Amino acid sequence: MGWIGEQIDSIKSLNFRQVLTQAVSLGMIVTSALIIWKGLMCITGSESPVVVVLSGSMEPGFKRGDILFLHMSKDPIRAGEIVVFNVDGREIPIVHRVIKVHEHQDTGEVDVLTKGDNNFGDDRLLYAHGQLWLHRHHIMGRAVGFLPYVGWVTIIMTEKPIIKFILIGALGLLVITSKE
Amino acid sequence: MHSLGYRVNALLAFAVTILALICGIASFSDNFNSPSPSAEVQVLNINRFRKKLTGDDEVSLTLNISANLESLFTWNTKQVFVFLAAEYETPNNALNQVSLWDSIIPSKERARFSIETTNKYRFIDQGSNLRGKDFNLTMHWHVMPKTGKMFADNLVISGFRLPEAYR
Repeated sequence: MGWIGEQIDSIKSLNFRQVLTQAVSLGMIVTSALIIWKGLMCITGSESPVVVVLSGSMEPGFKRGDILFLHMSKDPIRAGEIVVFNVDGREIPIVHRVIKVHEHQDTGEVDVLTKGDNNFGDDRLLYAHGQLWLHRHHIMGRAVGFLPYVGWVTIIMTEKPIIKFILIGALGLLVITSKE
Repeated sequence: MHSLGYRVNALLAFAVTILALICGIASFSDNFNSPSPSAEVQVLNINRFRKKLTGDDEVSLTLNISANLESLFTWNTKQVFVFLAAEYETPNNALNQVSLWDSIIPSKERARFSIETTNKYRFIDQGSNLRGKDFNLTMHWHVMPKTGKMFADNLVISGFRLPEAYR
């Protein structure tokens, strides 16, 4: 009995330490991802430094599934820049190009009109009812960099949640069963 | 230790690292290109010049735009977005930029062009300040890469003036 008991104890203690190590390393992964994201937010000054293109309104420049890197600086907004903006009453931000800018003399506030490169008309139809111009506070950032295809991962995961669960489940199983 | 899972994981991680590195190098290589684009714009005719019912001035122009943007293209260039904007100052606004015409140039072969066109987007002022107004026509280009950093620059063509009276 003594020998078996010892074995069970050793397995138990080993398992406990293994579980602990795995939990710590999992925590490290999650927190380092969080640190990178928050760090990017600090550097770029934009509340979402990376966005996925969801529509084809900027084709052939940006296709669905491409990702854009945003930057938000104090520099004034100028025509031609590709900006990401939020419209009141719409949840999903839009990535379009600025075609008109009117910068007021005294306040420095800007009136901005945008259009998707692939759309026929400007964006007044997308804005809130009666809204003619975008202002500074609508704009989340301007696109500075581009990486193709990578965003498909998130598009697939949001549109087919079952794949997300399978992936998370498989990863979790791998973490639990791995011996290293 | 050397299970299938580990091998696949290592291979995938290595492939992604190399791909990211190549994307970085491709984008960095754009810095060695020093483009020298040229553009020329003429206002051929002022088709219409009026005050809208809202009180804002509106102009319709016929433009002749010719440009050579071939030097903007590198192996990492997907397309060049080019547009012409009227830029002027008014008592209320420190800067007005109104895009008049734009085009997407998909390849180097089509980067040398000359076209005659009316303004594609409406040239409307905020207010009624356009009579006798001096303005610049600025040719802007935005280079969209296959991957990496986007570039933009412009060429200011000055010395345009709108007529003193509506027509």
